[in-house]
Amino acid sequence: MKQVPWVTRVRRGLTALLFAVVAITLWTPSDSRAEYGDIVINNYADAAGMRPAIFPHWFHRIRFRCKVCHADLGFQFKAGGNEITMLKIIDGQFCGACHNGEVAWSVENCDLCHSGKPNTPTQVHESTIQKLAVPVGQGGSKK
Amino acid sequence: MTRRIPTLLLTVFAATLFGSAPVIAQDAKSKPAAPSAAAPAAAPATTAPATDVNRFNRLLKPANQRNLPPMQDGIHDPGSEGTAALMPPLSAFETLPRSNAGNRVNWVKALEDRAINPRWDRVDTNAVPIVMDLNIVREVKGSMPDVVYPHKQHTEWLDCSNCHPAIFVPQKGANQISMAAILLGQKCGVCHGKVAFPVSECRLCHSKKKDGPVARTGQ
Repeated sequence: MKQVPWVTRVRRGLTALLFAVVAITLWTPSDSRAEYGDIVINNYADAAGMRPAIFPHWFHRIRFRCKVCHADLGFQFKAGGNEITMLKIIDGQFCGACHNGEVAWSVENCDLCHSGKPNTPTQVHESTIQKLAVPVGQGGSKK
Repeated sequence: MTRRIPTLLLTVFAATLFGSAPVIAQDAKSKPAAPSAAAPAAAPATTAPATDVNRFNRLLKPANQRNLPPMQDGIHDPGSEGTAALMPPLSAFETLPRSNAGNRVNWVKALEDRAINPRWDRVDTNAVPIVMDLNIVREVKGSMPDVVYPHKQHTEWLDCSNCHPAIFVPQKGANQISMAAILLGQKCGVCHGKVAFPVSECRLCHSKKKDGPVARTGQ
């Protein structure tokens, strides 16, 4: 009779351990991927020795409707299709229409945009076209 | 002696939890794991599922790996000073209505419910969109329900010139649209599948039951 509580404790301990193992298995990030809609722009960055720029759509669409950038500021609906340069931005075009120290923080904060992993190709990250199966041997080239 | 076993196990449990705390906190600066005996025990458990080629749903991303902070999202450079300063998307999404695809936010509902109030003008906070309430019904060839395109939800976000006339000719029957084109990023696919809900959400567009008899197969 005295043995029973010990057995129960052992069982509880084992259950807790099992729970811990399962929990750790579930919490481990293995192949991490960004959220939907981030645009990586690497037209000139790599060649210029800068990290590629990353534009987070989700952050901006909480604050602006699509129309503001895509109609008023002239951004084409194409990743890397706008030939944005720092000169244009400083002159108030594209990102520079807001990132001028008045509407949003200014261009001195290089690393806030140029925060991509070097050599990351221009892309709409996590887009459907990236998820289409690529034949083996083509190296999974994604645009 | 046997009395101590549960206590020991609990200690191991606590230590493993502690060891995984940085992971829970999504802290990219991987601290050295807890130096207890739990570390070697936890290691195989953490690496096994990631490397197992035969694991269930190999290509499906588990729920806990969506919308990771910039440090872990795979495109940001964790070595960059700016990356650490960026806002993690999940913190912004917590208060927004959910959806089943994309970045798991129902953006149309978020706007309708006033969970967000994005500007219509770059600087004028009082500017309001010119909303057009006109549904376009497109009859589709197959057995899928017909497509209803609502101008209302689109003009809440966009200007007419965003779609017309470059992407869609504003004339009945003038636009050839196919799912293949959408998948490849043309027509609706210019936005849907990139920043708007993807084609997996079939019935958000294919939402009108056909009037006439639907072609049957196997008879």
